[in-house]
Amino acid sequence: METVTEETQTKAAISNPSVLEINALESEAIYIFREVVAQFENPVLLFSGGKDSITLVRLAQKAFFPAKIPFPLMHIDTGHNFPETIAFRDKLVKELGVELIVRNVQDSINEGKVVEETGKYASRNMLQTTTLLDAIEEFKFDACIGGARRDEEKARAKERIFSVRDDFGQWDEKNQRPELFDLLNGEIELGQNVRVFPISNWTELDVWSYIEKERIEIPSIYFAHQRNIFVRDGLIWSADDEVVFRAEDELVEEKTVRFRTVGDMSCTAAVLSTADTIEKVVSEIRESKISERGARIDDKRSEAAMEKRKQQGYF
Amino acid sequence: MEVLKIATAGSVDDGKSTLIGRLLYDTKSLTDDKVEAIRKSSEQRGYDYLDFSFATDGLVAEREQGITIDVAHIYFSTLNKSYIIADTPGHVEYTRNMVTGASTSQVAIILIDARKGVIEQTYRHFFINNLLRVKDIIVAVNKMDLVEYSEEVFNEIKSDFEALNAVSTYAEQQLTYIPVSALKGDNIVDKTDAMPWYKGDTILGHLEQLEVSDVQDGGQTRFAVQTVIRPKTEEYHDFRGFAGKIKGGKLTVGDKITVLPSLTQSKVKEIYFFDKTYQEAAAGSSVVITLEDEINITRGDMLVKSDELPKIEKQIEATVCWMDNKQLQPGAKYLIQHNTNKVLSKIDGVKHVISTQYGSHQDANNKLALNEIGSVSIKLSKPIFYDSYQDNKANGSFILIDPQTNATAGVGFIH
Repeated sequence: METVTEETQTKAAISNPSVLEINALESEAIYIFREVVAQFENPVLLFSGGKDSITLVRLAQKAFFPAKIPFPLMHIDTGHNFPETIAFRDKLVKELGVELIVRNVQDSINEGKVVEETGKYASRNMLQTTTLLDAIEEFKFDACIGGARRDEEKARAKERIFSVRDDFGQWDEKNQRPELFDLLNGEIELGQNVRVFPISNWTELDVWSYIEKERIEIPSIYFAHQRNIFVRDGLIWSADDEVVFRAEDELVEEKTVRFRTVGDMSCTAAVLSTADTIEKVVSEIRESKISERGARIDDKRSEAAMEKRKQQGYF
Repeated sequence: MEVLKIATAGSVDDGKSTLIGRLLYDTKSLTDDKVEAIRKSSEQRGYDYLDFSFATDGLVAEREQGITIDVAHIYFSTLNKSYIIADTPGHVEYTRNMVTGASTSQVAIILIDARKGVIEQTYRHFFINNLLRVKDIIVAVNKMDLVEYSEEVFNEIKSDFEALNAVSTYAEQQLTYIPVSALKGDNIVDKTDAMPWYKGDTILGHLEQLEVSDVQDGGQTRFAVQTVIRPKTEEYHDFRGFAGKIKGGKLTVGDKITVLPSLTQSKVKEIYFFDKTYQEAAAGSSVVITLEDEINITRGDMLVKSDELPKIEKQIEATVCWMDNKQLQPGAKYLIQHNTNKVLSKIDGVKHVISTQYGSHQDANNKLALNEIGSVSIKLSKPIFYDSYQDNKANGSFILIDPQTNATAGVGFIH
């Protein structure tokens, strides 16, 4: 008799499979998005066109369905983006029907607020901070949602989920609010803003696995393709884009490469790879011996490069 | 993949960073460039070994002083599980960081130096994990290589710790004792031949077989409304959904529910997760609920099963860990954030300080200073719907926010 009961139970479970399966990280991120909308008046999602911010957009969709994403996306455009990223951004925004705000680093340069770096390692990555802070002030944003993760970098490992910035956009790393349980304290003064990181607890592999599972579309440069490149300091640089400085003695060759992170072209190096599908990318990341930010020249400037940038108001 | 959250507690010299480094290194979680960076930093400082604290101490001030100031989060994974370690400093002046790390962790690793045995700090580490009801405790007796891998030393420490545990009020807490040498890699990831008398698991082996459950999953079903979803589109014209995360138990379509504070009753009509509906969702799920009846519900309200009502009171007693430089004093006003509810409150009195050294009660002269823990009675401007922390972690805890500075000034565990 007992066996029969067991069998009946199993059948009942199969005919009624509609028990929600939980993905703890996804559930946490959705919870955070909802806290932002409930606790702040004027949030914005900082969208770079990279895989982390694309993942954020999917999570935001899930958090508010069947309503639309209740805040705009904002792109701080360095002017040195991969063209594929920009095309992808515009397509995504159209599909979602959300507002896109673009503010350009070039405008900050033209207005004399920042000075373009020169030389071999010139990058507009640092210059973004000024444009970002100006935009926050212009639109009076009180919460800026970003795709930073704690596993990326050791200063980021200390970052809160709700990270308070003062009037000058500065991060006071020694005086952060403790975050207990999932209680997020969004109380701020006028002029302050909070940077919010819903995927703080995700690793690079978590993000890629999620993109695979959810079948999320991402820009083509994340997959293996033929590209003219040159090698400097052991890193692979795109040779077709004039914003990347190349000395005459740095030889150009064609290789099969892909980008593991997509930032400003002038500071994002490629990796040799034949991974041309999401499944192959996931297994490549799983096997990887080099960390994600190993191909970001902006972090190689010093041991404390990220901490310094964050103090100044960087993402 | 399942995510297991771990907190580590230990003082600078217990080898906490070395242990974490070992876990990362032996599970091959450190990439070549990170190992290279650690090697370079270690060499610069004239060490002839790899100092793994460089992997975890992320702030300039921490590296300068060679100490961990703040909670760092460290990530690694096996084929079986993802792990998040909240690495917290162990000294008394960092009690608040320890409490913070323990609040989200299912497991705590308490480190003991085999040469020193159970010391004052051990009492505090255990007391905090006991107070916060961290389910699984690993007592890692480290530096076994320096006591000749002696079973006797290990057993002595074990029985000293058991004596601490004898006065514990949390009977279900699981204690596991593991003799290790983080420096040599004994019993961290790989079993060692050096201690044939020890038959148990390695630290990783033990973590791998633990069943993962969200720290807030226990107790009866509580659904605090975060925000109301009203799409106002043609397709979902009359849709009114209540977004929140299920804490404790589960919700099923058809469940009879009561809305607090209005005490209105209704039934669960649909459970949405993104664009699909489900019959049932368990604790830990961020969902959207619709109800059979049109009821006025806003953020801060709570849905519970009608036969599982929580307590509804304007006066609470709680154990509070103080986290602010400005002392907690009777008469002071704070904003209480309890689930999605924010209520103004007034401190009635501080009954006693609980000494984290011995777990005993001391005189308080009615104040709590930074890093002190005390029993506090609080008057609220309107009732909250709560459980005791013992019965439901999520619905039995709150933070106190200083309305002048907006700082998170303390955390409370309701009696």
